Amino acid sequence: MGNVLSLTTFLPLLGAVILALFLRGDDAAAQRNAKWVALLTTVTTFIASLFILANFDPADPGFQMVETRNWLLGLQYKMGVDGISILFVMLTTFLMPLVIASCWDVGTRVKEYMIAFLLLETLMLGVFLALDLVLFYLFFEAGLIPMFLIIGIWGGKNRIYASFKFFLYTFLGSVLMLVAMVAMFADAGTTDIPTLMTHTFGTENFSILGVQIVGGMQTLLWLAFFASFAVKMPMWPVHTWLPDAHVQAPTAGSVVLAAILLKMGGYGFLRFSLPMFPVGSEVMGPLVLWLSAIAIVYTSLVALVQEDMKKLIAYSSVAHMGYVTMGIFAVNQQGVDGAIFQMISHGFISGALFLCVGVIYDRMHTREIDAYGGLVNRMPAYALIFMFFTMANVGLPGTSGFIGEFLTLVGIFQVNTWVAVVATSGVILSAAYALWLYRRVVMGDLIKESLKTITDMTKRERMIFAPLVAMTLLLGVYPALVLDIIGPSVNALVGNYETALATFEAATQFASN
Amino acid sequence: MISADIQILMPEIVLAVYAMGALLAAVYTTKDGMAPLLTWATSGLFVLLAVWVGINGQGTNIAFDGMFVDDGFARFAKITILLSAAAVLLMSESYMQRRGLLRFEYPLLVALAVVGMMVMVSAGDLMALYMGLELQSLSLYVVAALRRDSVKSTEAGLKYFVLGALSSGLLLYGASLTYGFAGTTLFSGIIEATADGASLGLLFGLVFLLAGFAFKVSAAPFHMWTPDVYEGSPTPVTAFFATAPKVAAMGLFARVVHDAFGGIVGDWQQIVAFLSVVSMFLGAIAAIGQTDIKRLMAYSSIAHMGFALMGLAAGTAFGVQAMLIYMAIYVTMNIGTFAFILGMERDGRPVTNIESLRMYSKRQPLRALAMLVLLFSLAGVPPMVGFFGKFYVLRAAYDGGLAWLAVAGVIASVIGAFYYLRIVYYMYFGEEGEALDGKMNPVLWTFLMASALIMVVGVVNLFGIEPMAAAAAATLVQ
Repeated sequence: MGNVLSLTTFLPLLGAVILALFLRGDDAAAQRNAKWVALLTTVTTFIASLFILANFDPADPGFQMVETRNWLLGLQYKMGVDGISILFVMLTTFLMPLVIASCWDVGTRVKEYMIAFLLLETLMLGVFLALDLVLFYLFFEAGLIPMFLIIGIWGGKNRIYASFKFFLYTFLGSVLMLVAMVAMFADAGTTDIPTLMTHTFGTENFSILGVQIVGGMQTLLWLAFFASFAVKMPMWPVHTWLPDAHVQAPTAGSVVLAAILLKMGGYGFLRFSLPMFPVGSEVMGPLVLWLSAIAIVYTSLVALVQEDMKKLIAYSSVAHMGYVTMGIFAVNQQGVDGAIFQMISHGFISGALFLCVGVIYDRMHTREIDAYGGLVNRMPAYALIFMFFTMANVGLPGTSGFIGEFLTLVGIFQVNTWVAVVATSGVILSAAYALWLYRRVVMGDLIKESLKTITDMTKRERMIFAPLVAMTLLLGVYPALVLDIIGPSVNALVGNYETALATFEAATQFASN
Repeated sequence: MISADIQILMPEIVLAVYAMGALLAAVYTTKDGMAPLLTWATSGLFVLLAVWVGINGQGTNIAFDGMFVDDGFARFAKITILLSAAAVLLMSESYMQRRGLLRFEYPLLVALAVVGMMVMVSAGDLMALYMGLELQSLSLYVVAALRRDSVKSTEAGLKYFVLGALSSGLLLYGASLTYGFAGTTLFSGIIEATADGASLGLLFGLVFLLAGFAFKVSAAPFHMWTPDVYEGSPTPVTAFFATAPKVAAMGLFARVVHDAFGGIVGDWQQIVAFLSVVSMFLGAIAAIGQTDIKRLMAYSSIAHMGFALMGLAAGTAFGVQAMLIYMAIYVTMNIGTFAFILGMERDGRPVTNIESLRMYSKRQPLRALAMLVLLFSLAGVPPMVGFFGKFYVLRAAYDGGLAWLAVAGVIASVIGAFYYLRIVYYMYFGEEGEALDGKMNPVLWTFLMASALIMVVGVVNLFGIEPMAAAAAATLVQ
């Protein structure tokens, strides 16, 4: 079991290679085979990841099951898992079989579609498990390629614009991170993430072109990483690629994008920004808090006026990610716990909401809210499930959405009350847009002629939603399931952050005396 | 002593004698009838020589009192040149044959150009340098105009000749200034003369030399000839221009700045950094509007030369190593890409319009996938090997104190990514268009697939090229 992490990561790749090499033809049988191979691969990957969970010792805040091999240029192939990353791994492996099952009705270029998703799963798992800067970057960036193709080939009408915007936006964000990585490599002499976490990057103030940089090197490095993760998150005001990408992406693509890809930004903040650049984080922290608060209110308001369902949910995602960044940069136990919890829970909820849109889109081929109304009359089961996830999205106590929002708000309240006040108003706004959406789509009389023949969810669709409902409820009632696993690692993260900051402050006081 | 000197020069002599002998043989026998045979033979000879240079070469050998240097750096560059030239010749055979362009001069001129390139990267003296450079350039001028009845091809040849002659003139002027102020043409003498700073005259000489080199590597702002020559020349010739001569010119560039002017790094560093940043941005921006894939590749090569120069601008051994690795990766990518371009045909006629690739992926999924890999590699997106080339030069630039250049480079690479994505867009997202021919020559197919596979598999360890490049760079920069 020494290399269970690599095994889990590359299993989907193996599936993709098998599909690419051995599956011929494009008839119905070949398409069915492709789907089954993909489903089987993702389920196997999920089972493999259960072994990681079983072997994981929550009491140990360090990296576990570490694998190291030498690579080029003094880089390493190093994989490992800790309390922060393990749940993202589980989230990914848990959702992928559902994603594959949700595109069972896709009929164009099925083999390529499945290959793209399997590749994407490998790359996403790699992001969460890599313990080497460049290896991380490799997985992080490579994920753009399959997603670019998924949006561009299987997307909606305006897919080309959306795919290019998605690619170039995120690419621009992350190349600056690449330069920062090169600088870190030169400064610390290694790209090993655990070593870099204990390395102190320079904090002496200096000025560039007359601009005084407080926190020196750390702030610059922090900014470079921020550019990448803020775009990925996405944070206001660099979120504009997300609504386009979501609207144009096929349902399964939207689910992956919202449920997993967005979490890479938050994971990056936790893995790099906080532990490696504590001073930079402290200097720039207030900016992030206010950006998050603005994001929560602003994007909620924007969501209110949307006419496209997917766009509405996309904006709601941006708002929910605002809670995440706010919690992370509160840098206390509740804030960071809440941020991770919120990300996991948002993975289930937003994924499910996009699937909900997918269900009626598959039937009516439109996402316009105006085209619907009164669905409850013909689709009672759908109405129930949509209601459940709408409530979870609003943060109803008893669902996982509540725990995440509440914890991040508790965390931020201790740090900056004003931000907390502004952010809390977002809770009300989210109720407004989500419930209004629900009312317009599901409630009322069924007047529209085109909807008279709509059918309720099939057995396959119900089976996809069942695990999501279960997880959302389970985490809502028993959040300790998550918090016990992430607790020690978060505790260590916050502790190290405060120690580093105290050392820095002592040093600056010493210098100013 | 002369026999020892000749011993060191043996690969070049063998190739030169072969080229001249074959020229005579062809003239007195069947002329063009021998062309296919000669193409294959030349290509085989290139591979043999590459193996010979690779296995036989040991240490640093100096011939003719320093005029000619055979060291690890030269061998690395020579192997890259020989192998890429061999690949391009193999790829061109059927293309040229079917268009009646396969004259017996073609492989032999390429062979002579390769001799010139081998001399260039081994030059230890400004005279040897110029001889190698001219041998290479004169052969290439002729090859560019190979399609005599085509206006574009002759125009390409003429343009290349006029501008190339101008750059040679600049270079020669720089060489004479250097000679005048250093009192010697030997690199080892020049480096002694600049031991405590260069005089103003020497600096003038250096600037003219660098301008001449920038012409040869097609770095902006000396790039004007590139798009026209790339577009006008027969495609196999374009493929050749994009590979071996670039390596040779970069090798020459590195040799002169380090061997002759290694003592005054600060004086040329800023010039090279300037060339680098201008090339990267010009290549990236100007390529956006191109509709012809050959012109696009011309601008792409300008941008790539900018990145390679970034490694050189660092002025360190690691910078040279990064440049060598970058060039090796660049050449491999380009061979694959040109194999694809050579295979773009409609009704047996070559097509170079990008729009002709509409929905290529539907009809030829495997080939489209290989091209996709190559394009992402050219754009420097991981996990393709092209990313590692970029990573090396960025690291070198940062270590050399040129952080701003590294930042400029990555921004240029984002702009550049757009036009590579545009080709992907036509192949995968576009609407159905008139189809290209489905058949592809097996040789081209093999090169396309091999190159794409290398771009993916190379992520494991770059095929062990790293220590070789490191050793090569160490012999150049002490």
